[in-house]
Amino acid sequence: MKRAAYFPISEQALLVELGQEISEDLRIKIRLLTDQLDQGDFPWLTEYIPAFTNVTIIFDLLYFKESPGQSHERIQEEIEKIISSMEQESVKTPGSEPVKIPVCYDEDFGMDLDEVANHNGISKEEVIALHTEGVYPVYMIGFSPGFPYLGGMTEKIAAPRKEKPRPKIPAGSVGIAGTQTGVYPLETPGGWQIIGRTPLSLFDASKQPPALLKAGDSVQFYRISKEEYNRLKEL
Amino acid sequence: MSLKILQSGLLSTIQDNGRFGFQKYGVIKSGAMDLYAHRLANILAGNPEDEATLEMTLLGPSIEFTEDTIIALTGGNLSPKVNGQPIPLWRPVFVRSGAKLEFGAPVSGCRTYMAASGGYDLERELGSRSTYLKARIGGVNGRALTENDELNIRESDLIGKAAIRNSEAKAIPASWYMKPDYNVVNKTVRYIEGREYEWFTEDSQSVFNTEEFTLTSQSDRMGYRIEGPVLALKEKRELLSEAVGFGTIQVPAGGQPIILMADHQTTGGYPKMGQVIAVDLPHLAQLKPGEKIKFEKTTIEEAQKLFVQREKEIDFIRNMVRDKFEKGVL
Repeated sequence: MKRAAYFPISEQALLVELGQEISEDLRIKIRLLTDQLDQGDFPWLTEYIPAFTNVTIIFDLLYFKESPGQSHERIQEEIEKIISSMEQESVKTPGSEPVKIPVCYDEDFGMDLDEVANHNGISKEEVIALHTEGVYPVYMIGFSPGFPYLGGMTEKIAAPRKEKPRPKIPAGSVGIAGTQTGVYPLETPGGWQIIGRTPLSLFDASKQPPALLKAGDSVQFYRISKEEYNRLKEL
Repeated sequence: MSLKILQSGLLSTIQDNGRFGFQKYGVIKSGAMDLYAHRLANILAGNPEDEATLEMTLLGPSIEFTEDTIIALTGGNLSPKVNGQPIPLWRPVFVRSGAKLEFGAPVSGCRTYMAASGGYDLERELGSRSTYLKARIGGVNGRALTENDELNIRESDLIGKAAIRNSEAKAIPASWYMKPDYNVVNKTVRYIEGREYEWFTEDSQSVFNTEEFTLTSQSDRMGYRIEGPVLALKEKRELLSEAVGFGTIQVPAGGQPIILMADHQTTGGYPKMGQVIAVDLPHLAQLKPGEKIKFEKTTIEEAQKLFVQREKEIDFIRNMVRDKFEKGVL
């Protein structure tokens, strides 16, 4: 039996579906697969894009130019081998130590902290306590460079998106939308409820890798003062 | 300096083959909209194909050359002229210092590529010189070219050979040229079924394969919005975001498709009707707002065969051009 479902989605892309629904097991499985893709020697591999339940493999079709029609099958065979080797080894869970992200929840930064608190009938302090308590798995990076799709936020601080999206949200803003939480890596328009800001840069083109987070990581936020924010910002 | 922008045009950006390996970090691939024209411009200028070219849209810029240069213009015909003299596309052109390149009305297509022999002297950022406007990386400070921008062009060993020709003209086109593999009259693009093709009603699948769609003015490097019969799902279904690509045809709730283009986001959550095959993306890239488009279904095997065939043709052209240059250039 095949270990995954495979969908050729273009001449040079194969989508590998490892499951149907978001789960912690699946997140780890996807991370293990992408770690193998990073470490292994696959001359046909151009790049890959992990998502919630699948990984899309982008490959160089010219590597298979003698029989291009068989490229997807050949890659499928190699992916099957990787997945089976993952099953045999008792691998340590990758990304099990959460990446700690400092957040300043001061009023200047947490423009919508009041709204989130009022919506849930709790105090601002409780919102902050609940937000910093959670450990949030990173399912994928998308939407904009370095933007993490995080899971696992408690419904106790969930809040609907702003009715009118802001035209500009400063880079580093930490927000809530429905039961999701996340950080805006770049200054972009956005409709999330902003509750704080981190001095860390989630995307920096001059760094290798350019993004702070990777699919399969997990994140925990911790509270800092405005003084600490300013100090870290200058580093 | 080797060239100076006198007027910016509508949207003139530096592009190359794209930024590879960073989509897992949410960094888009970017790159030329018409990769065929982009690559051929480089080949005709004697450059490696991953050199940057200048992508100019609909209303071209005006450019002054401050050194003798060999350029090649490819893609859409935006009526290029040097000091008032029309110059042809799809061949190398020797331009003298002081020459002024301007563009007129779009005759066919909407994107012209200009390669300069030796290549534009720009740093790669995250492995590419492509301009990524939103993240402000690549190209010239991550932005479109504006008035008074100056660009260095690296020294080219072709210049000396080209100057042999004795003429007073500001621009001297090569005596030879290539014929582009465009079929501008036929606006049918071929696609393979998207992952959610079966989610659409039979009626929607049928009209998608038979009816015409119109490219709207809300179309840019990120995506083409097209208008036509409304495409509906059999039932409302939610989809988790996953990888999308250049040419992915996704259909938001309103039922009007969006074809993702070179600056598409790395992931998307709308149902996918199809994927335009790679060899037809250049046709799409040259389509202007208001123009009609039709879709024709094909198989992935056919798409792959055409892709490899296209690469062989480009190989052939590359060898021909190299041969011309070795025998005495222009």
